Amino acid sequence: MYVWASARAKTHYGLKPVHTFMTLTQNRITDLFSQKSERLLNVYFTAGFPQLNDTMTILRGLQAAGVDLVEIGMPYSDPVADGETIQQSNGKALDNGMSLKALFDQLEGCRQEQSGDPVTVPILLMGYINPVLQYGVEAFCKKCQEVGVDGVILPDLPLDLYLADYAPTFREYGILNVNLITPQTTESRIRHIDEESDGFIYMVSSASITGSTKGISDSMRAYFERIQAMNLRNPRLIGFGINNHDTFDTACEYANGAIVGSAFIRHLEEKGTSAESILEFVHTIRA
Amino acid sequence: MQTTLEPQTSFEVSDKGFYGHFGGAFIPEMLYPNVEELRQNYLKIINDPAFQAEFWQLLEDYVGRPTPLFLAKRLSEKVGATVYLKREDLCHTGAHKVNNTIGQILVAQRLGKKRIVAETGAGQHGVATATVCALMGLECIVYMGSIDMERQKPNVDRMRMLGATVVPATSGSQTLKDATNEAMRHWINNPVDTHYIIGSVVGPHPYPDMVARFQSVISEEVKKQLFAKTGRQNPDYVVACVGGGSNAAGAFFHYLNEPTVRLVAAEAAGQGVSSGHSAATTALGKPGVLHGSRTILMQTEDGQVIEPYSISAGLDYPGIGPLHAHLFDSGRGDFYAITDDEALQAGFQLSKLEGIIPALESAHALAALEKMNLKPDDVVVVCLSGRGDKDLSTYAKHL
Repeated sequence: MYVWASARAKTHYGLKPVHTFMTLTQNRITDLFSQKSERLLNVYFTAGFPQLNDTMTILRGLQAAGVDLVEIGMPYSDPVADGETIQQSNGKALDNGMSLKALFDQLEGCRQEQSGDPVTVPILLMGYINPVLQYGVEAFCKKCQEVGVDGVILPDLPLDLYLADYAPTFREYGILNVNLITPQTTESRIRHIDEESDGFIYMVSSASITGSTKGISDSMRAYFERIQAMNLRNPRLIGFGINNHDTFDTACEYANGAIVGSAFIRHLEEKGTSAESILEFVHTIRA
Repeated sequence: MQTTLEPQTSFEVSDKGFYGHFGGAFIPEMLYPNVEELRQNYLKIINDPAFQAEFWQLLEDYVGRPTPLFLAKRLSEKVGATVYLKREDLCHTGAHKVNNTIGQILVAQRLGKKRIVAETGAGQHGVATATVCALMGLECIVYMGSIDMERQKPNVDRMRMLGATVVPATSGSQTLKDATNEAMRHWINNPVDTHYIIGSVVGPHPYPDMVARFQSVISEEVKKQLFAKTGRQNPDYVVACVGGGSNAAGAFFHYLNEPTVRLVAAEAAGQGVSSGHSAATTALGKPGVLHGSRTILMQTEDGQVIEPYSISAGLDYPGIGPLHAHLFDSGRGDFYAITDDEALQAGFQLSKLEGIIPALESAHALAALEKMNLKPDDVVVVCLSGRGDKDLSTYAKHL
């Protein structure tokens, strides 16, 4: 029989609500949204891409360019929600030797003053649940807290399973779990997701995987308006298909900001990881 | 909320889609509405008398069911027990796969879907899907790893002749696992009008349960046939090969709660369990999440999925269905790892002893007989899941 972590998950469920609440209020993501609510830019990049040790260079470059949040992709062999660009960057990163352990090693100490250039921008890790399960959910959350990761986006960990099995552990270590909604998500489910989410809600712009370059259609605008009118308690960032100034601007009309991923991966590939290259990209998006 | 990490002993799927610790629906939100629509409707649809009537009529007139239960006398003598073969190889399209595609296409019609997407490894499920799409006049898109398309050219031609569009999966390792990823991505991109026909008892709930129910016709027939032939309610063993495990799920289904019947699963050891070229999931894997369910999975320490290997393209999948993971974890099933060579020898043996050329997948189940320490009065049912026509070139290399 395999050994499961059920006992721990159960023990902590509901036992430390005060502690949990206090931890969450100190989170850099919630702090950010309490100070700024418009035109937030969240940029995604894949850890270990283009080169294994580019993570800190890109992270510092994004901070210097003034992005509001950074989403670091934990590469996975089977990223089903991702299009070709991010798939390939995941494959390359794995070939380069990237792993969760290597990523945590790279991030170690990045928040500390003595590093000379401390990272202050909120950090999210984005990836798939299996590598996290193999690392161990509690060990993962603990390490996130240690190195200064503020939240995670795990698209294949649906809300009900998160709440049933893992929420107490994430909360104990003050790690936010960001949930997705799509144009097909029903109103009652959006309400439920809003109720159970901390930080922000990730609005997937259309029925698609990442990396679409089709622009923003009327039906997408109608969906953005519908969600805007729901007055959710959480802020919203729009992602998938946000790849230039126009799409970023449009997204910002309807939400608190937007997330750019595939377009930045393509930029890194073409223009490199220098601070100037990253600044140029961020300028193009924000103009 | 009830945690899914608590022990559970039943072999039936729970409300949340778990068999013991395994199963569930680990899917991105983009797939939630599709999977939820299916979850809410599949039992209602399947249990509807009109659906049942159409399903059974098609199984009889189109698939050619019931398939025979054949007493293999010379094989019995050779292995020293009474061996019956459930002849799924005689199904239309040459394997059990069509039992599931008939069921799912009828579900898709009732959900008002206009297009079918499917994944395929060796091409058997792709052919079975293209077949029912032709029969029902629905558009059919099959994703197949580009390496598999080269290896299984005749099946690519068959699918195209049946009117399907075969799309090469060029991502990752370009085999079954990547074809499955691509089919899921297609479904994410086309959520409203498309139904995804998964070919095995894998994927998010309710797929494993739905596919097992459609394949359960195998053990339903075996029960009746064995009783008619022997007067016995149950055999001592039911043996089947497991890649994802759909023929095994069907062959085991009506025996899950009959503890006197040992359920035997034959996995592909490839060139040997420790060779680095294997698909023996329970021997090499650990619990993990792949393609929407928590199961046993071949993976690196870092949780990256390992590309499996087997001489049989239908068995080289890095996971197994969650039901089988539960059978393994709970000790209800006996799992044997069968090498390429052992499977080939079992295939040659059956051909010579009984005049039946088995699919290489099914040959793994036959090879397990040699390892089971059978006694002379044991009665064994082997699910002969498919015929070997597709494997002739592989067999021929080893003649």
